[in-house]
Amino acid sequence: MSTTPLSFPGKKNSGDSVVNGVDLSVNFAGIKAPNPFWLASAPPTDKAYNVVRAYEAGWGGVVWKTLGEEPPAVNVSSRYSAHYGKNREVIGFNNIELITDRSLEINLKEITQVKKDWPDRALIVSIMVPCIEEAWAHILPLVEATGADGIELNLGCPHGMPERGMGAAVGQNPDLIEKVTYWCKKHYSKPVIVKLTPNITDIRVGAQAALRGGADAVSLINTINSITSIDLDNMVAKPTVGHQSTHGGYCGSAVKPIAMNMVAEIARDPATPTLPISGIGGISTWRDAAEFIALGSGSVQVCTAAMLNGFRIVEEMKDGLSRWMAEKGYDSIEAFSRKAIPQTTDWKNLDINFKTIAKIDQDLCIECGRCYIACEDTSHQSIAKLTEQDGARRYEIIEEECVGCNLCQITCPVENCITMVPQETGQPFLAWDNDPRNPFRVAS
Amino acid sequence: MTSPLNHLPSAKEVGTYDPATLTSNFSDLHPPLTHRQAIIESQRCLYCYDAPCVEACPSDIDIPSFIRQISENNINGAAETILEANILGGSCARVCPTEILCERSCVRNHDAECQPVLIGLLQRHATDHMQFEGHPFKRAASTGRHIAVVGAGPAGLSCAHRLAMLGYQVTIFEAEQKPGGLNEYGIARYKMTDDFAHKEVEFLLEIGGIDIQYGHRLGYNLELATLHQQYDSVFLGLGLGASRILGLTGEDAPGLMPAVDYIKTLRQSDDLSSLTVAKRCIVIGAGNTAIDMATQMARLGATEVTLVYRRGVEAMSATDHEQEIAKANGVRMITWAQPDEILLDEQGRVAGMRFAKTSDQADRLTPTGETFEIAADAIFTAIGQGFEGESLRDATAAELARDGERIHVNEMFQTSLPSVYAGGDCVKPGQDLTVQAVQHGKLAAHAIHQALAAKQEAA
Repeated sequence: MSTTPLSFPGKKNSGDSVVNGVDLSVNFAGIKAPNPFWLASAPPTDKAYNVVRAYEAGWGGVVWKTLGEEPPAVNVSSRYSAHYGKNREVIGFNNIELITDRSLEINLKEITQVKKDWPDRALIVSIMVPCIEEAWAHILPLVEATGADGIELNLGCPHGMPERGMGAAVGQNPDLIEKVTYWCKKHYSKPVIVKLTPNITDIRVGAQAALRGGADAVSLINTINSITSIDLDNMVAKPTVGHQSTHGGYCGSAVKPIAMNMVAEIARDPATPTLPISGIGGISTWRDAAEFIALGSGSVQVCTAAMLNGFRIVEEMKDGLSRWMAEKGYDSIEAFSRKAIPQTTDWKNLDINFKTIAKIDQDLCIECGRCYIACEDTSHQSIAKLTEQDGARRYEIIEEECVGCNLCQITCPVENCITMVPQETGQPFLAWDNDPRNPFRVAS
Repeated sequence: MTSPLNHLPSAKEVGTYDPATLTSNFSDLHPPLTHRQAIIESQRCLYCYDAPCVEACPSDIDIPSFIRQISENNINGAAETILEANILGGSCARVCPTEILCERSCVRNHDAECQPVLIGLLQRHATDHMQFEGHPFKRAASTGRHIAVVGAGPAGLSCAHRLAMLGYQVTIFEAEQKPGGLNEYGIARYKMTDDFAHKEVEFLLEIGGIDIQYGHRLGYNLELATLHQQYDSVFLGLGLGASRILGLTGEDAPGLMPAVDYIKTLRQSDDLSSLTVAKRCIVIGAGNTAIDMATQMARLGATEVTLVYRRGVEAMSATDHEQEIAKANGVRMITWAQPDEILLDEQGRVAGMRFAKTSDQADRLTPTGETFEIAADAIFTAIGQGFEGESLRDATAAELARDGERIHVNEMFQTSLPSVYAGGDCVKPGQDLTVQAVQHGKLAAHAIHQALAAKQEAA
């Protein structure tokens, strides 16, 4: 008896750019993709098998794990470690893996085939070779021949490779960023994305150098130097290789706030106002992606969330993002990209006359006292602890003492129990630059 | 102890349960948390400030602190936090009615989830898994003083341990042949398994300086006057050994006995299948002892267990949780009925009971005039406990001021006799809880210490 194989039409539709009636497609620095969700250059994008599974799952693009010179890198055993929350949820993730440990020939062959099979998806090749023009001049034509849509320069790998003068060793030197970018533009015709390392003082300097070198876009952040935990019995960090360890690169949701600031810094830098940004760093949900896009990202790259959950998470991300966009009336990614930038400013531009104070909803309060002790011990002693006649506790804001710091709201375990209420002060907008109390004020 | 039931068959003869089922019927009622479950549960604690659960704990355990220690995988730290407030924290974790104490006041009850943190089970987790090299508490330098404690139940043990910590030598006089009091003899078997009560006392005694004299019963072979004379202070932690009687004709008939006596035998039994079982039985009472009796008889294989109480459910001192346990074991509960007559067969054995229906007339319990009968092979009484006949009858003990039947103490747990203190079930009417007895013993130890230190200074 013969059987007909079942077909799964869902997979055929995985590249549809319209989800819930919303067009999620992007054109990022000339690279087109059906959606902004790309897999970052990392273990999940090491070979055709994984990349095809990612495309089948519905990812809009993939940055192929970094190619290097021959012979390929050799990796150690035991490579990852995690910073756990108390319920064993992974807050942060650390790796000490190097660039691809497969031959250049096999990688190029697979990239060529995958691009041919999946023409609608973005396929970008990450590259890292020594900081000499010949090295780049040698590899770039080989990559160009694969038909991939663009390249991403790995100038950020923080472990292992910098010891060989590559990765973050280049990304931490603006002159080298500019020089390498320039060589790439010279020897490669398609878009060049420069991936920036966060292990620097000012992210804008790297982005400016990339732009000077001719970069079509930047992507950030690469991983942050990290040690996640120590095995206190053996006095060695994790991941452990034999009886030793080394620092790794940190990623996962813990780095999201750091990454978002760096994305915003570049997006609002007058020196790089239109430089496309591919946002990376702890993106795990549609909401994380929306936030990165609102701060100026034209696409987002995901790694840790996929490593912890599998490629299927892109389904929920696309669904959530498209529903939110429909609700808000955004008909494209472009429509809300950079929307939060005008409201992101320097401290000196904030309204010093603005005042907000906390309000406790007594019906929702569960009387845990967390707001009280937080304010009493560490803030402005602006919550009163009272006892009702029936012995119940009651916490009340002392409005005249409250500076509106948000601490009580943050420590409150009940959603919406404490809200911050802006106050009518009757005073005009006043920036510190113009504040009479500022000895260095600017005359208005 | 169960001689009034000698004419009844054994659990094996009744044959409702095979030996393996019988054993499992008396294993842990609430299985302990696994390590992972404990870690997850500990995360639910909000670490309240001035936490309501601590206010509700009669023994002042710093609950948020020990739960946070569990969440940080510091099990010994958690156990020490518990034990420094309550040295019998392990048994309290098993027998405390947490549903009316700490867990009832947990703020998580009000949160969207409406479920308290499982404080009792977390406390058990910490005390079950602690591993100390030696005893966690050290003794202060010797005061050179010697204190007598009467009763090795929770109050006496707690008092003795704290006194030992404070540098006293302690001698405990215990009427029975084993320490632990109701933890050893009175709590339902499935609440305290694996000889836990005994192990806990062994742990407690590791502090040193405590000597227990068994077989010494106040009023029989021990006199308060002697203790008063020979020791620097005396702490009375007497239990209430005597069961109240119904006051009906036929109370000494075969087939009728106090529930506590049966439970005592059950707790000490090495072979559950040899215990006598009344296939049809009646339990009179509405406290946790009544529930324990009814439930355990059902678990031994009785097929018709009826608990009868003269008032309504809301007046029962057994908690809702305890009542649910009984119901889940098939115990039938009848309220608003009081014993009227013990029914006997031709051989003069219990054959059942006639009850008079009652009602609440202007806050007075009044028979309605209606009666009904329940056929039964045995009747167990659980209508309260009192002092054993002679225990407070020696010349000195007779002088003790009383609160009703119980011994009167002031807020420092001092009786009307100088340097005689008392605590636990023998002093406080109302809820006679293990945890309350532990607290009394602990506070009395500090009061004794304070009084003797003051005396020392004055001298």
